[in-house]
Amino acid sequence: MATSSVSKGCFVFKPSAKKKKKTLDLESYFTDGCEDARSSELRFELCQDLWDQIKTETEILQDELNRKVLDSLLEFTKKCSSIRHHSDWTSQMRASEIPTAALILGVNVTDHDMTFQSLSELLQTSVTPHVASVQAKECGALKHLMKKVLERLMDTVVAVGDDDDDEVEEETEQHHRSVHCSLTTLCDWYSKKTKKSSSGTPGKKRSSLVVNEQQEPPVVIVFKDLEAFNPRVLQDFILVCSRYVQRLPLMFIFGIATAPSTIQHMLPHSVSSLLCIELFQSLSCSQHLTTVIEKLILTHSFPFKLNGKVMQVLVGIFLYHDFSVKNFIKGLQLALLEHFYSQPLSVLCCRKEKALLNLKHLRHDDLERVRQLPSFRRFVEKQEIEEQEKLRTDDSHLKNVCQKLMKDLHKYHKCYYPILRCLHTLTSSLPRYPLGKQIRELHLICLEKNVWEAEEYQSAVNLLKMLAKDELISLLQKCAEILQPIRSTQMKSACVQLEELLSKFQQLDAPATDQSTASEENFTSPVKNLPKKTDLFQLQKTLLESRRSRKKSPFEALRNEALDFIDTLVKSHLSPPESQPLYEVCYYSSSAAVRRHLNAAPRTSIQAALSSPYHYLQNESLKSDDGTVSNSAPDICIAYKLHLECGRLINLYDWLEAYSTVISAAEGTDPDSDGFGKVDEVKHARFIRAVAELEFLGFIKSTKQKTDHVARLTWGGC
Amino acid sequence: MSVLEVKFVGDGDVLEHIVDKQEVLQSSAGSGLRMVKFKSPAGQRECLEETRCDGDENGVHDELGYVRALGTENDEEVDDNPSRVAGSSIFTFQKVKRSHSLAQTASELARTPGKSVSFTRDTNSEPTTPSRTGSSHAGENRTPQRKKSVRFVSTTPHRLRKRLTAPTLRSDSDSELSPSDSEEDELKEEQRGKQEDKENVKKTRTPSKGLSAALYKTPAKRSKNTAEPLNQPTMTEEYFEAHGSSKVLTSDRTLQRLHTPKFDRETLDRLLEDKPSCYSKEIQQLHDKHRKHFNKWMLQLQLGFSVLVYGLGSKKALLEDFRVAHLSQEIHLVVNGFFPSITLKAILNSLTCEVLEHEGSFRTPSDQIQFIAQTLKGNPGLRVFLLIHNIDGQMLRGEKTQSALGQLASLPNLHLVASIDHINAPLVWDQFKQSQFNWLWWECVTFQHYAEETSYENSLLVQQTGALALSSLTHVLRSLTPNARGIFRLLVKFQLENKDNPSYTGLSFQDFYQRCREAFLVNSDLTLRTQLTEFRDHKLIRTRKGADGVEYLNVAVDANTLMDFLENEKDE
Repeated sequence: MATSSVSKGCFVFKPSAKKKKKTLDLESYFTDGCEDARSSELRFELCQDLWDQIKTETEILQDELNRKVLDSLLEFTKKCSSIRHHSDWTSQMRASEIPTAALILGVNVTDHDMTFQSLSELLQTSVTPHVASVQAKECGALKHLMKKVLERLMDTVVAVGDDDDDEVEEETEQHHRSVHCSLTTLCDWYSKKTKKSSSGTPGKKRSSLVVNEQQEPPVVIVFKDLEAFNPRVLQDFILVCSRYVQRLPLMFIFGIATAPSTIQHMLPHSVSSLLCIELFQSLSCSQHLTTVIEKLILTHSFPFKLNGKVMQVLVGIFLYHDFSVKNFIKGLQLALLEHFYSQPLSVLCCRKEKALLNLKHLRHDDLERVRQLPSFRRFVEKQEIEEQEKLRTDDSHLKNVCQKLMKDLHKYHKCYYPILRCLHTLTSSLPRYPLGKQIRELHLICLEKNVWEAEEYQSAVNLLKMLAKDELISLLQKCAEILQPIRSTQMKSACVQLEELLSKFQQLDAPATDQSTASEENFTSPVKNLPKKTDLFQLQKTLLESRRSRKKSPFEALRNEALDFIDTLVKSHLSPPESQPLYEVCYYSSSAAVRRHLNAAPRTSIQAALSSPYHYLQNESLKSDDGTVSNSAPDICIAYKLHLECGRLINLYDWLEAYSTVISAAEGTDPDSDGFGKVDEVKHARFIRAVAELEFLGFIKSTKQKTDHVARLTWGGC
Repeated sequence: MSVLEVKFVGDGDVLEHIVDKQEVLQSSAGSGLRMVKFKSPAGQRECLEETRCDGDENGVHDELGYVRALGTENDEEVDDNPSRVAGSSIFTFQKVKRSHSLAQTASELARTPGKSVSFTRDTNSEPTTPSRTGSSHAGENRTPQRKKSVRFVSTTPHRLRKRLTAPTLRSDSDSELSPSDSEEDELKEEQRGKQEDKENVKKTRTPSKGLSAALYKTPAKRSKNTAEPLNQPTMTEEYFEAHGSSKVLTSDRTLQRLHTPKFDRETLDRLLEDKPSCYSKEIQQLHDKHRKHFNKWMLQLQLGFSVLVYGLGSKKALLEDFRVAHLSQEIHLVVNGFFPSITLKAILNSLTCEVLEHEGSFRTPSDQIQFIAQTLKGNPGLRVFLLIHNIDGQMLRGEKTQSALGQLASLPNLHLVASIDHINAPLVWDQFKQSQFNWLWWECVTFQHYAEETSYENSLLVQQTGALALSSLTHVLRSLTPNARGIFRLLVKFQLENKDNPSYTGLSFQDFYQRCREAFLVNSDLTLRTQLTEFRDHKLIRTRKGADGVEYLNVAVDANTLMDFLENEKDE
């Protein structure tokens, strides 16, 4: 092989420039490998479009979510930079402290980058051009930290100050190359910078020493991951900085992943007293996820859908592994790619008009694929016999039917999400959250099965039936608000009905008082009828009976009516997508693929391969009943199985002997002959190889505790 | 498990069964089936389990949800990944080891040639199970497997039993001596005594041996007379039993007993070459199956993902195929992570010098990475592919190296394909690095031998020829003055004289100086010190401060090589 050598580990290959370069682009890789290459261009286009849409949507979302905390941060920085110019005593005191914003970001470290990026962009555009962000891993020592800060600040300026003449640029460049790395340098640079910009032209440098507020922007240093910094380095840096704070309007931003108390842990009082710390809390990651799901998944405008299991896997990875919205989106991207790559009918997975257009261009074999879809087959079986025949044979008829079905599917989505939201608003405030706190939980239930058959749904309805009037009215009003903007006839009529119900509730108000007293009398009367002495059981029974026999008040009747109405809405619109014909076009369902690619378990795979090679090598001689290994398995599997029987240390000789016993048997040597189980050279060599491979995989390692022993690195197995 | 009925069984019934079991043991092989019907302990265990489940219902419920969330794959799994081992079977506690399980298993495997034998107890945890269904299974997996281990003993045929009961015996004739199973313990003691008498000349009796004899006896006895507690040991008991003694009981036999105790690398390769590889057809099939994904890999790489392949078997050939098929028109860098002296610097240097054709050096790796990032950003048309075999290699495992690689991988026009093999490899990355790498995992089980990957390793069983060390020694020595060579030879000779002395720590400097003076090699200790510094710079010697604060000198090469070295010197 060209890439094996005993003296070198890196090999560079460059295609010769003379050869005409035939590099394939993204699209051709997509079309090359996927199913049904002809429609692939279209699918690729759709896929890219959707992905771009996801990307921009999430970016906008991210900005929106961060806006609040960033705005307050900005406010803080502005305030800090202005406070320096007041002359009263307190602000003088304040001025000797370094203003510091402690930004609590949560444990989803992977998402922080996006936040910091938008933060520094925002700062640069609206507050100050001097922003430097540093990460802990770049700053092992004070020297490095200082260097990074200087570099970033001055480089930033070089990049920003493009309208200055080139000389300046070079000057600063040389400046920072040659000059000793210290804050004095920075101060000089800063004063030069501010003076220059205040004077306007570089010619008059010493014109005025008094600079006005706007021209003295603060120097912001962002510590992206405070926890990871070496406390010593940080303390020293802060001490040094506090010396210069009079000359240099410094400001810190601490990015904190855990809790604000970290600052106290890291900095002693003597240091933290030099800082004027204000706390900012960013949005929690689960809220972030909720909004992302709301925007990208729970909307009919986004044609690509995930089925219940895929959703579950992605949400599971989020909740149990990383809390990272970025990774969630990555999973979404993967699912999107896989869907368009592997499902030829995904040409229909787009906006309604486009889908109908694409439907017209479907060819015969595409239509065959439609006929193969399980959901479509179920649909066909429900039709009359002639119709069935027609659907099976007549392509144009099929196209017409599909048009209708596609329209239905879009209609389904258009109704599904508003009703889902309504149901969520109704149930999310119930005690014990029978249908989940978050809307995604409800969504998952609805994707899996008919929600109205679920036990949780029944208990939720029962609880709803006990709601007080004002609560119920406010909830119903919210529902009406949700349904209001939806442009669909069904939703419109539902909305109207809901309004009617609401107005009935309003009308109920006036006479309701009489009614309730009447019912109360009704209610109390049987209790009065009781004999004086009664036991608890008797009392309970009478009360129960009285409740059953009690006449419903008009409110109760109306409440039941309203809930029945909701129930019918749920039953007609919240059926799982599997019930819709052609749902496969829009729904990605291979949760296994997503899970395998995102949340793999390499050790499980290795151990499965070692303990049951038949799964991978489909050879009959390896086939075995559950949980066994045939003795003709590959060497490494046998060595592995044998090593499972050992404790912490393994005697190599015993192991070898056991191994050779097995191998002899596999070779068909007569068990009673003399040679049985004897170690010959080849067996020995194979054993050595197997052991070396196990060592390479990390199951064992050499040890000096005892001669010719190896240590086991895993436990169990026996 | 679901067909088992749960009922309370009184002690009396249990005792009945115990009697049964002893009978089985005595009547020896063939009637092991009886043991399977050993019902009561199983029933009791069920009870135990139920109570446990009640105890932490909430926890179980959560676990269930989690398993449901992540383990939804199996029921709809149709393609290439039929097997999943439940986590509980992989990550188990350390258990008490039966002394002869190794030999037992071997013979179990060997006993029925061509046919497979079940010897794992916990069938539920095996990959063939179609799905894991939460707590009830987990509970079963957790149940100690003692019951079946007992059955195990009983199914062992008589002939094997004889072999197994005395595996520590030195000679084959001895093993024929055990006449009956019931007395094996006592007999073993006897034999041990005899055998030790015989071999006392050769070997001093080590304390571990006596201990092993004592300890060996106890579990064997218990398994016979007190079967009841054995069948329902609690987890905690087992745990402490396993961790109670730091001594590990293994036999004292060594590889010296083989005719060819050690091969050198060449012989090994020759021997292995002769042997036809088994299942080559299936392995080829696997390979071809993985090849089909190449296109998708390219697609995913260009969408900003990095591809990570894992699974049993060397993936070097597969990735090489990928390289030839798809990367030949691209600029790419191949890194052998298993190469024992690969460094981050080497990787970065090949990127900057050879790929980006930059002349000049960098002070720190982070500078270098920054330069690479900037160059690639400034040149969006440039695509660089980085292919790392074994990104979990010994030399690349460091935190710094991985974070540097992560930074590289996050560049939009640098595409990374890598493979991992070590079972704990994913621990190298934290959340942050993982998101930098942006991995997509691909399971590629190839079953190919790790020929190249392991060839560098100083394998346990391969004879180290020391040829390399020897030649480097001679080379360095040749460049020295005759006096210096004399000094070194003196040290070597002294070390060889003391090679059998276990308490030898090295030659003290004063002593050495004395000897050198006597041999007219140096005239002041300053000259000697200069000389030693030179040796040390060439890594020929090591110095170590002794307990008394005196410096001791050592040659860091093993005795055989030193012997060869002296021979060579003489010849010249």
